[in-house]
Amino acid sequence: MSTPVKGTGHGSLHSYLVGFALSVILTLIPFWLVLGDVMDNTAWAVVVIFTLGGLQMLVHIHYFLHVSLKVDEGWQVMSMVLTILLLVIVLAGSIWVMFNLEENMMPAHDQIERARSLK
Amino acid sequence: MMTDSAVTDASKFYVLDDPHHDGDHAHEPPTMLGFWIYLMSDCLIFGILFAVYAVLGQNYAAGPSPADLFDIEMILVATFALLFSSVTFGFAVMRMDHGDLRGTIFWLVITGLFGAAFLYLEYEEFSHLWHIGATPMASAFLSSFFFLVGTHGLHVTAGTIWLIVLLVQLSQRGLTPANTRRVMCLSLFWHFLDLIWIGVYSLVYLTGVLL
Repeated sequence: MSTPVKGTGHGSLHSYLVGFALSVILTLIPFWLVLGDVMDNTAWAVVVIFTLGGLQMLVHIHYFLHVSLKVDEGWQVMSMVLTILLLVIVLAGSIWVMFNLEENMMPAHDQIERARSLK
Repeated sequence: MMTDSAVTDASKFYVLDDPHHDGDHAHEPPTMLGFWIYLMSDCLIFGILFAVYAVLGQNYAAGPSPADLFDIEMILVATFALLFSSVTFGFAVMRMDHGDLRGTIFWLVITGLFGAAFLYLEYEEFSHLWHIGATPMASAFLSSFFFLVGTHGLHVTAGTIWLIVLLVQLSQRGLTPANTRRVMCLSLFWHFLDLIWIGVYSLVYLTGVLL
């Protein structure tokens, strides 16, 4: 009665449990950092949170979504790589441009004062 | 030979595999790749919503900031509800591979319950925010917050409805090829939503409370 659908890997109990264990660890560390107020340096804490989040995404892609070069003659990975490329362009571009815009367009108080004294 | 196969294939609505790559891949349905490409386009939607939140997320308009609003312990519980549901969906797929209909339905019901728990927590959070006046109209931060987290919540809602429909189909027809294909599509959708949630709690909740 089993009719295997081969379009995606199905994974084994082992792969799900390994993925689950890694996900638990990679979830608990960032929450612990924030709830326990562990790191004094906020910037580094943010870097750690995003690094662990990115790692957990890779864990999900490998152990839960079973993305593999063998599936659909590589088209699955190909479409994912294209999506990631577009996301990097959109995210990095938006944040970069809008950050610069805010820096350059929002006059600080002393800039306004300087402009006034020029008159 | 070439024209022969072209004529017989013309009545089919899907692309057949190249006959030279026969063997293992011969009967691979193209549905899974199509659904995967849909997920990738959905991923772009979420990516743009993440970009919007990253740009607007600190424009509080003299209103409340994440540290005033978010209950991180509750988000941790919601995160685990979604993670558990991902793993139990994996168990359902494994039971399905063994041709075990009852086991498949059992694990899908468990998955649905975890999904419902997640949705309940999100509903509680949103209604709490609404009651204290932290509505999307209050600031650009809250607009982008409700837009991003709400879109994810709508996806989980749609996935849960799909799951219920699938349970009806499974209990009526059993593990037919069409139903196994549907379970595999929803499995991808469900794991994908859990993946998006990692981005949501990292960027919106944890980073938001820190900054």
